[in-house]
Amino acid sequence: MKYLAFIWSNLRRSKTRTALTMLSVMAAFVLFGYLTAIRTAFGQGIEVAGLDRLIVRHRVSIIQLLNETMERDIERIEGVADATHLTWFGGVYQKPSNFFAQIPVKPEEYLRMFPELLLDDAEKQAWLKTRAGAVIGRGLAERFGWKVGDRVPIRSGIWSRKDGSDVWEFDIVGIYDVAEKGVDDTQMLFHYDFLEESRQWGSGLVGWYVVRIEDPQHAAEIAAAIDDEFANAPIQTKTEPEGAFAQGFANQIGDIGLIMAGIVSAVFFTILLVTGNTMAHAVRERTNEFAVLKAIGFTDRAVLGLVLGESVFLAVMGGGMGLALAWFVVSLGDPSGGALPGFYIPGRDLVVGLVLVLALALAAGIVPALQARRLRIADALRR
Amino acid sequence: MNSPEEAGADPLVRLRGVDKVFTRGSERIHVLGGLDLEIPRGEFLALMGPSGSGKSTLLNLIGGLDRPTTGTVEVDGREISSLSDRRLAAWRARHIGLVFQLYYLIPVLSAQRNVELPLLLTRLSRAERRKRARLALEIVGLGHRTDHYPRTLSGGEQQRTGIARAIVTDPSLLLCDEPTGDLDRKSGDEVLDLLQALNREQGKTIIMVTHDMHAAERATRTLHLNKGRLELEAVT
Repeated sequence: MKYLAFIWSNLRRSKTRTALTMLSVMAAFVLFGYLTAIRTAFGQGIEVAGLDRLIVRHRVSIIQLLNETMERDIERIEGVADATHLTWFGGVYQKPSNFFAQIPVKPEEYLRMFPELLLDDAEKQAWLKTRAGAVIGRGLAERFGWKVGDRVPIRSGIWSRKDGSDVWEFDIVGIYDVAEKGVDDTQMLFHYDFLEESRQWGSGLVGWYVVRIEDPQHAAEIAAAIDDEFANAPIQTKTEPEGAFAQGFANQIGDIGLIMAGIVSAVFFTILLVTGNTMAHAVRERTNEFAVLKAIGFTDRAVLGLVLGESVFLAVMGGGMGLALAWFVVSLGDPSGGALPGFYIPGRDLVVGLVLVLALALAAGIVPALQARRLRIADALRR
Repeated sequence: MNSPEEAGADPLVRLRGVDKVFTRGSERIHVLGGLDLEIPRGEFLALMGPSGSGKSTLLNLIGGLDRPTTGTVEVDGREISSLSDRRLAAWRARHIGLVFQLYYLIPVLSAQRNVELPLLLTRLSRAERRKRARLALEIVGLGHRTDHYPRTLSGGEQQRTGIARAIVTDPSLLLCDEPTGDLDRKSGDEVLDLLQALNREQGKTIIMVTHDMHAAERATRTLHLNKGRLELEAVT
């Protein structure tokens, strides 16, 4: 601790240089935090995917539909505890930018399958009794200011009504909360039966199945058994764990993680050069001072520690401010105005950020610190 | 090479057969050759000689800032040339005070914090460190300039701050490399007065490298070095 004031005084030697370097580091960590939140949003569902849930979809792609009758066949397979189907509705509220997920489901099966969705019992009963009733996530309710009792029109890009209209009206009967961060609270869930009885085409067709298995250890065998079941049927399936399915869904627009890693690596490499140059310059211009410190009794290791201390101080101040600012900006909401559920910086990534701060400090400071450590007093004082 | 009255006394510094050779590329430069020297406690020794004669090198060897190529350097009964780098640094912190021609104060630290620097290596509390730094500054006549930064001090004041830094740990031996070399006559005299007082009143042993005969006159003994060998001795 007694060296902190000394380290701080040295950093204030060139205030402009120190401030600019700190700002560069800060900018890099703001970017890191923000991109982390975007990656998290795109990978939403991966982290919170249930180990005991499998997704069964059409073998060709997710947009090919399955038969409603397949549920019975799936549930007969050994190791399957439960199954329910979901379908993509593909609607928007008022304008295309007001996009969010609407899913027609079998309410009781769905709530049994996803216990992480918390719905008040009275609202659940209201939903079961209301044919055109829908429950929405808390995030969605806040986004549009919807409340229980509202009737909202949704224009579907996929499903038309029997009267030719593509506008469907839903009565909001409940608002669900989520049991853990990362679970999507921006969905609208409504009765599959309402879709089935009103749609112009596609009767008996569903999007995909979610299957709960009894033992996650046997996930691979059960997935293979499901696909084997339909191997010779008109509609063949591809079954995979929920996490892999969510990852595949996110990868439809590219490997977000790889893109983010590329951007962050380029930024950090640049920042490493900037910070490293600052530290190298700071040590070079103080050769005499380091020699004097050694002359009055500072050990080689102490001098190395002082230089690394400056590097750590610089990186921790800049990186810490950057992560804090990223946290603040991300907490203001996602850049799409709500279309990116799960837009937040996970605690694990904050830890990764702090580790990166320290790695940056060490990488930038180690070469100048070793130079200062190796300095021979008599030689340095003659310069 | 000892003065007659010191023969038989227990010297603070003892050099035996000290050689120092620098290697520059394939060239070997003999800076000091076969040097034997004893410096008694309480002496104020001036080291004179032309540039390149090995004065500063000799000072560096006595202060443990460099190591002899061959021979031994003993200070206060301890053979320092065989100490590890870490032990040598700790030894310097406790036993040696260094004063440089160009002061080498840290520009971003106040006079008091410059003087406090060697005390950071001790276990003293912050309050005690500050107290001792102020006391050292008062001894050198700068008790009123504790919060001033080096750039706001005159050359003489900076050098006196450097001396305060050298004495703050109460070392037995002060090594001064051209302490008045960068000062005008008046400031130089003030610094020499101070060194003389430290020698006489506090019993500090002082070895001072100088080109200046006027400065050397303040010493109790003057040694002349030429081409790495002690040539001439004068006792005042």
